[in-house]
Amino acid sequence: MSQATLPVTTAPRDRGYSTAWWGMVVLITTEAMIFLALLSAYFFIRASVPRWPIGGLPEPELHRSVIFTVILLASSIPIVWMEVALKRGNMRQVKGTLLLAFLMGAAFLGNTAYDYTHMDFGWRVNAYSSLFWGIIGLHALHVLVGLLMSATVQVKVWLGKVSPERHTTPEVFALYWHFVDGVWIFVFTSLILSPHFGR
Amino acid sequence: MAIHTKVNEQLEHELEEKWTDEPGIPGFFNTVDHKRIGIRYIYTAFIFFFAAGAIALVMRVQLAQPNSHVLSPQTYNEFFTMHGTTMIFLFNTPVLAGFGNYLIPLMIGSRDMAFPRLNAFSYWVFVLSGILLYSSFVIGHAPDGGWFAYVPLTNTPYSSGINIDFWGIAVVFVGISTTVGAINFIVTIFKLRAPGMTLNRMPIYVWSMLVFSLMAIFAVPAVTVAASLLELDRLFGTSFYHVAGGGSVLLYQHLFWFWGHPEVYILFIPATGMISMIIPVFSRHRLAGYIWVATALVAVAFISFGVWVHHMFATGVPALALSFFSAVSLIITIPSGVQFFAWIGTMWKGVVQFRTAMLFAIGFLLIFLLGGITGVMVAILPFDWQVTDSYFVVAHFHYVLNGAVVFPLFGAIYYWLPKMTGKMLSERLGKISFWTMFVGFNVAFFPMHILGFLGMPRRVYTYDAGLGWDGLNLVVTIASFVFGLGALLTLFNFLWSQRHGESAPPDPWRADTLEWATTSPPPEYNFAKIPVVTSRDPLWDEQPLRVAEPGPEPLSALTATGALEKTMPVTEGMDAKPQATLGIPEPSYLPFVAALGVGGLFVGLLVKAALIGVIGVGVGALAVVWWLWRTDEDLR
Repeated sequence: MSQATLPVTTAPRDRGYSTAWWGMVVLITTEAMIFLALLSAYFFIRASVPRWPIGGLPEPELHRSVIFTVILLASSIPIVWMEVALKRGNMRQVKGTLLLAFLMGAAFLGNTAYDYTHMDFGWRVNAYSSLFWGIIGLHALHVLVGLLMSATVQVKVWLGKVSPERHTTPEVFALYWHFVDGVWIFVFTSLILSPHFGR
Repeated sequence: MAIHTKVNEQLEHELEEKWTDEPGIPGFFNTVDHKRIGIRYIYTAFIFFFAAGAIALVMRVQLAQPNSHVLSPQTYNEFFTMHGTTMIFLFNTPVLAGFGNYLIPLMIGSRDMAFPRLNAFSYWVFVLSGILLYSSFVIGHAPDGGWFAYVPLTNTPYSSGINIDFWGIAVVFVGISTTVGAINFIVTIFKLRAPGMTLNRMPIYVWSMLVFSLMAIFAVPAVTVAASLLELDRLFGTSFYHVAGGGSVLLYQHLFWFWGHPEVYILFIPATGMISMIIPVFSRHRLAGYIWVATALVAVAFISFGVWVHHMFATGVPALALSFFSAVSLIITIPSGVQFFAWIGTMWKGVVQFRTAMLFAIGFLLIFLLGGITGVMVAILPFDWQVTDSYFVVAHFHYVLNGAVVFPLFGAIYYWLPKMTGKMLSERLGKISFWTMFVGFNVAFFPMHILGFLGMPRRVYTYDAGLGWDGLNLVVTIASFVFGLGALLTLFNFLWSQRHGESAPPDPWRADTLEWATTSPPPEYNFAKIPVVTSRDPLWDEQPLRVAEPGPEPLSALTATGALEKTMPVTEGMDAKPQATLGIPEPSYLPFVAALGVGGLFVGLLVKAALIGVIGVGVGALAVVWWLWRTDEDLR
């Protein structure tokens, strides 16, 4: 194998994903590990106490959470649309879909902020409250970073610095946005949904 | 054969104009050249190495005789904490990243890392986190909870001073450097290999750095979480580890060792990668069992994520879990053994030349054998219960972390420093240094096994006379100074070589890999023309090394990216077919500013000054937005 002929074609093939895109893939992997470690901590502590939530704290509110979960997850749709529109060079649609996803993310973050200001307990009460607000807070931080990235990309689009040929920034941002949405499925299921079914 | 000869003088002048950094202070702060950053990484890490070594020697003076009063108990605690923390976080990991930064782009025939500015950022973060940690000495409150900082001892109210905060915050801080460095390595290795360098033609050292980085990506988050939760408990009053609030102290150990054990291999694997480069060259024979060695590296990486509980055998974990983790800890010796036999086989079939680098490699084999055997011993439950927290364990992990990492690193210095500085080191002084270190190391650390059997516990600042420990402790102390002297001899050798050393030819060792195909030291652009690889040992082939030329044959103009354009080719991840070109950014202050911003956040947390933290975040965020504003494609 090592002595095989040169496996190099002459014509430039598919350009493949950019190095920045691959960098984001690896960054997301390590970020996912942070959430995995925190959710493991959540279940580790949950398994070691007789009642959950600890200390008779109320179970997480469900109705509003479900609505805003749907909004956050659905915000990936305009982002996918944006990527398709960008390939076709339809910059009007790119602008519209980016703005729509931004507003949906902002609504989700607004709901988290509302929860935080109207909560029954702070994160200092016990291990349950620390885990709950710690993990929710970290995810909210990721949404915030996603919104800042979105704002940067939108300014670049409006200034004409994005085109079907210059697509790296929106492409990398899209990947991050999908990650923030996807990881919420696990956070939501573990933190908000599962206490209603467990002890 | 050597590419450098093909550059004519006029072209060389133009290239220099295009590539050379500004002189002096601006160039110092804004360079993005992987070679400058790599060397700087290595220098900085070695400053920490000698600092932590000096700390260890003071501890040995304290322990030389029973009931000494060189150090107070508090200072002793601070010293062993700082010694371990420095060696793991500020020496071992960064020095390996430094060698990787310097060598990987050269070995894969590229011109820089995939993200040159991120590379600079990761260096600045490393330096700033080191400064932050060491500033604890300046204010007289160094961390004192051990390098592992177990709760509840390190949590409030048992450690209420600022000491542990320095540790927790520095660990999270330096983790950022390790992580972004790992991202950079992974993308560089997958996407920037010279055309034709398929995965199974990659030098084993490149494999080892790929495995190092992948492991870091999966392991570092655990220690980041462990230390972050500790700091949240300490600074903000949460209850993650407070038993009274339903928290768990065992959770800390799980999180810490989920990183901590892979970390041992994160440090060890690149060291074995270096050995796999040195041994074939000085045996004049290609590495025996290349595929086996590469597979073993990957196997070790996987298995190492299933052994962390063997650090917790004495914590009351359920028996079934103990058996599982004990078994996995024994299994990991198999891939390690595969590598060992590959090295022996290479030497067996070749003709061994006993140069200094090779001596360090052979010394490593002997030390690693001993450290590996004691590793098997402590993997066995009843044995571990007998020796845990004794000097036996201290002996074991110094055999693997000091012996089996530092010896390959010193071998790497003798092997690659001529490439980096363009000066040959003295072989004579090198050999004296090796023998001093080798004898000093074994006489210092071997008796610790016996001290452990005799019941001497770890982390005690002194002991009574008449326990049978006095003589051995004195021997250990004297030998540790011998070891230190041996290391200083190499430092002296380096300084001497800068003034008096012979100039290094491009390939002083008649080696096989691409970094030897360019001058010593290499030009800023590494290769005037990108090499084309057709085998695992490009410089040992019958035919001269091929380079990418413009025109239809044999490669597209795409690959023949001239150094004048300041670009490098991007190739497919698996079989390295050319895909695109990637621009190399101009020097920039932004990485330094961004690192300062991140540092501001951590200083703000440390001194509980919200304003500093907010300013830090603001500066960091602005720098990053500015940085990402002009991407590679915007520059074209």
